[in-house]
Amino acid sequence: MAFTNEQLERYSRHIILSEVGVKGQKQLLQSKVLIIGAGGLGAPAALYLAAAGVGTIGIADADSVDLSNLQRQVIHTTPDVGKAKTQSAKETMEAINPDITVNTYHTFVTARNIPELIAGYDFIIDGTDNFPAKFLINDACVLAKKPFSHAGIIRFKGQLLTYAPDKGPCYRCVFKEPPPPEAVPTCRQAGVIGAMGGVIGSLQAMEAIKYIIGKGELLTGYLLTYDALKMEFRKIKLPGNDSCPVCGKNPSILEPFDYEQTACDLKGGH
Amino acid sequence: MADFQIDAEADITDVVCPVTFVKAKVALEELEDGQIISIRINDGEPVQNVPRSLKEEGHQILKLSANGDETYNLIVRKVGE
Repeated sequence: MAFTNEQLERYSRHIILSEVGVKGQKQLLQSKVLIIGAGGLGAPAALYLAAAGVGTIGIADADSVDLSNLQRQVIHTTPDVGKAKTQSAKETMEAINPDITVNTYHTFVTARNIPELIAGYDFIIDGTDNFPAKFLINDACVLAKKPFSHAGIIRFKGQLLTYAPDKGPCYRCVFKEPPPPEAVPTCRQAGVIGAMGGVIGSLQAMEAIKYIIGKGELLTGYLLTYDALKMEFRKIKLPGNDSCPVCGKNPSILEPFDYEQTACDLKGGH
Repeated sequence: MADFQIDAEADITDVVCPVTFVKAKVALEELEDGQIISIRINDGEPVQNVPRSLKEEGHQILKLSANGDETYNLIVRKVGE
């Protein structure tokens, strides 16, 4: 694959970096990243990955753009209200970078469709807003040996964790299972500061890029937490968990399964 | 030119900084360690910056000669990979 002068110009600030160079930029162009959720986290992640020239980006979301999304979901604009989020995200990504291919999946991600969905991708970004989806993505990625970035945001706080095959612990090692419905508020009930999605979603994009170019240290084995009000980042070392039901020594979860979602959670939001 | 056996040639006079360096880097990436490339570059910013940037990347600058038409030929030996 030879670069055109236009590509050299577009990616010049990457290619100049010794850690990226021509090789790294080619790796990015040949890579495939799936983003699940085109919301507060997925929006900035999708924008940066598109701009970076990640050659194939999948975006999965069943929702349509709502006016209340625009305070943080920066990939969608006011004229997009009512449009499928996947379509809106695709249009923005392709406008930023016509080099890339965007695959849209306008559907809920479930135990039934997730294995097929993630199969063709090198790295998965969990940009969902609910626990059942986060556990589903974790289990499916662990079972399929796919690296992924977990993140969650609420109010003025965010957290991040990266899993790579055989470089656990996984999300389930740490968090075991979803809390009972209504024990934890969703971001719709609790609120979230818009820029939080920008901070944490951008970190997810950064993890994907580092994984693709094979440079630096991934956030595997750690949980990064960010408290915006205290302006405090903490990188917490996570213990391994041999008894984890999905990635432990004697796993009891052998295929992905769905937890029940409350009716309220299914109405959209993100 | 006759002083060195040139393995490859590149022309970066059709682009401006920083793409000049990027294009030179791309050309060097095609070479094996120790091979020599002749790069045609413009006077001004490119001739001031490109040799220095290539040197910083660890490559060896062998010769810079003016062509008399506001361009130069920069002879570089690739070092590494």
